[in-house]
Amino acid sequence: MAAYNVNGNDIEHDEEGYITDVSQWNMDLAQIIADAEGLDMTDEHWAVVNFLREYYNEYQIAPAVRVLVKAIKKQFGPEKGSNKYLYELFPYGPAKQACKVAGLPKPTGCV
Amino acid sequence: MTEVVFEIEGVKKVITFLNRKAPYGTIYALEVLESVLITAAFEQHANIVFVDDGVYQIKKGQDTAALEMKNFLPTYGIIEMEKEDADEDEDMDMNWRIIVEKESMEARGLTADDFKIDVEVLSSAELAEVLETSDAVIGG
Repeated sequence: MAAYNVNGNDIEHDEEGYITDVSQWNMDLAQIIADAEGLDMTDEHWAVVNFLREYYNEYQIAPAVRVLVKAIKKQFGPEKGSNKYLYELFPYGPAKQACKVAGLPKPTGCV
Repeated sequence: MTEVVFEIEGVKKVITFLNRKAPYGTIYALEVLESVLITAAFEQHANIVFVDDGVYQIKKGQDTAALEMKNFLPTYGIIEMEKEDADEDEDMDMNWRIIVEKESMEARGLTADDFKIDVEVLSSAELAEVLETSDAVIGG
């Protein structure tokens, strides 16, 4: 299985780049995945990633996009609380691309 | 080919989810849980009911390691979170109730404190009323 090399440690990922063990995630790894995705990580990007991780830790699944939008709205104001804004941050979709950076499994659902 | 159009704008139903089976061993519990979460996406009213062995779905302290299955008990926390969120948000017209049937709970030696999430405990007769006033009942 392919792996990311983070500070000398191999962290395995699947054929699409999602890491296989959520617990191996760290910020250096997130930066490596973000670079590979061509993302320039801003505070807002990190806020999304952190929210996804906290939510996953608590509930064991990724949040619905609607829930993510609401959380970002709360933190950064109404002009950033939209699905469109999330797509500006993560052009390949907040669910798929942001989850990959956050080390979550690939989302299965559409909501 | 006929185009299928779903008119959901302004549609508001009361959907009751009847969880009757133990969490593992069949796929019913997980499938109903996923349906409930989708109900939130459409802001529909919902009664999430636990009866019979279904009350075990939300019992605290489950360990699924020996089953080699993911423990989805924490995911029920989303139901509680969505309910509280809807209750607090004045712009949201979504009324959720999380209900455990008293007789099922007591027959299994459980109390409301044994559950992972806050529940309303209703008698079988009171639950019948809830079912009666639902637009749809989805069993699992």
